[in-house]
Amino acid sequence: MSARTGLWTAGAVAALLVTVVVAVGLGPAGLSPAEVWQVVATRLGWGEWLGVAPPGRLVDGMVWQLRLPRVLTAAAVGAGLALCGVVMQSLTRNPLADPYLLGLSSGASLGAASVLVLGVSVLLPVAAFVGATAALVMTLLLAAASGRSGGVGGPSPTRTVLAGLAVSQLAAAATSFVIFLSAKGDQYREILSWLMGSVAGATWTSVAIAGGAVLVLGTALASTGSLLDSFTFGDTAAAALGVPVARVRWLLLVGVALLTGALVSQSGSIGFVGLILPHAVRLLVGAGHRTLLVLSALFGASFLVWADTLARTVLDPRELPVGIVTAAIGAPVFAALLWRGRQA
Amino acid sequence: MTVSTRSTVAADQVVGAAGLGAERVRWSAGHRLILDDVDVTAPPGAVSGLLGPNGSGKSTLLRILAGVQPPDGGRVALAGDDLLAMPRRPRARKLALVEQDATTELPVTVLDAVLLGRAPHRPMLASPTEDDRRIARRALARAGVAALEGRLVGTLSGGERQRVHLARALAQEPRLLLLDEPTNHLDIAAQLATMRLVRSLADDGVTVLAALHDLSLAAATCDHVVLLAPGPDGGRVAAAGTVEEVLVPDVVDAVYGVRTTVLRHPRTGRPVLIFDD
Repeated sequence: MSARTGLWTAGAVAALLVTVVVAVGLGPAGLSPAEVWQVVATRLGWGEWLGVAPPGRLVDGMVWQLRLPRVLTAAAVGAGLALCGVVMQSLTRNPLADPYLLGLSSGASLGAASVLVLGVSVLLPVAAFVGATAALVMTLLLAAASGRSGGVGGPSPTRTVLAGLAVSQLAAAATSFVIFLSAKGDQYREILSWLMGSVAGATWTSVAIAGGAVLVLGTALASTGSLLDSFTFGDTAAAALGVPVARVRWLLLVGVALLTGALVSQSGSIGFVGLILPHAVRLLVGAGHRTLLVLSALFGASFLVWADTLARTVLDPRELPVGIVTAAIGAPVFAALLWRGRQA
Repeated sequence: MTVSTRSTVAADQVVGAAGLGAERVRWSAGHRLILDDVDVTAPPGAVSGLLGPNGSGKSTLLRILAGVQPPDGGRVALAGDDLLAMPRRPRARKLALVEQDATTELPVTVLDAVLLGRAPHRPMLASPTEDDRRIARRALARAGVAALEGRLVGTLSGGERQRVHLARALAQEPRLLLLDEPTNHLDIAAQLATMRLVRSLADDGVTVLAALHDLSLAAATCDHVVLLAPGPDGGRVAAAGTVEEVLVPDVVDAVYGVRTTVLRHPRTGRPVLIFDD
């Protein structure tokens, strides 16, 4: 690691820590970082040891039951999506790729809309995960069945993208059909809010699922920088460098799908994080994947925490789906990146 | 017309020798036979040209020789080692492939691109070491592009990019260098400079096999050529041997359907092809 990437990484870690503490404090009842720290230290049992006074019950409830789980879930989802975005863009050699490219979000949406319409929203995370996985399996089968990919093996990038598109459209149509056929009254808003993505209902269970997935699958994906680098000049070049192209591609696609599925099951499909963050970080530190993966995850976490903080504060007391905020920030940023790319 | 349909050196002899020897390589795409029992030899320390019209299977053959594409049948040996049976990472330490017009839209620096060549020499998930960096810089210097180290690959001219790709292949420290149309889209000065660099690598003992379109360039720069001809049943070897043996009017006419006159270069004495069509 060069001194420059080391500095960036340290900065990104510090930014994330500050983001979490400040974001937990922001809201209808503002809390100081000291109060946030009181709650965290006391809850972790470090209160006496660090000489921190125990917080009031109201503050404790607000931080520990409401805001901290929500902020940590947003951080985990943001980190995971950005990471998956880097991997997908690299594997498909497509700068427009994002974690949802393989039909994952549409599949998850179909599962979620179905259970919401049936009135069994307890099953929502499970249904979303099952929907995402089913969509992925369909996409990969379709890609693999559509023929030989110039010999290097594995599903070819273009065919995988096209297969994902077909599955996405099918699942989207089915979702619309389900809503059209049977959604009543408030279910519309509930479904729409889920489709736009939100971490409003996050609990410590959400933190465990999203955070656990990021720790296990995300760490594994983040360690594949050197492998992804070998794909810089395409599949054939990677194969000629001794990379088992087909096996690597399948493994990474499945890893991305499982991680994305786990995240989507907790937050709905939040757009633009997986698309924009990798591009923005590439502008800062270049295309080397070892650094790009780690920094995208760290900045993705901070980004989504801030986006969610905006989502719950700008229209207070109403909540915006965080997907609207990420799109409102992401689309102009993407346009700006295109503009810069034109000049480069 | 009777030109040998097998290369002049029996592949068996070369399989045991230092260079590249491939025998009876077959490959078909679906039901269409692309390569039909092709034998190729490339002597060590020489520049061998792989020639043939469009569709004769040159690129496919290179991909098979590189181990990137498994053939339907045949053997490929380098200095007696069976390349097709070898695990891919040890194989990638023995041979390097430079593809046609390979580029990237990613903001990759020249040094990072050349460092990719070190990948087969370290554990798959490991970062480049200082040693890797030293070898990559040496390769850049050897290819005459040390000054470009910090530039982005996407901003290079065609000739510069080709040198960077050759440097990447050099960083792999290969015994065999496979080049697919290394002079494609280059101006004449860059073409000659590229072939000079390739020649100097061969002089260091690397076995070079380059697919080339341009017969005149092949005549001027190759020691040994293999000429593929597309046939109804897939590409076959129409002729193989020294430039003087293969690039003669009868053979060129039979393969390309173009009437040719072969002159001698007044200074080098090498064949110069003129097309009469």
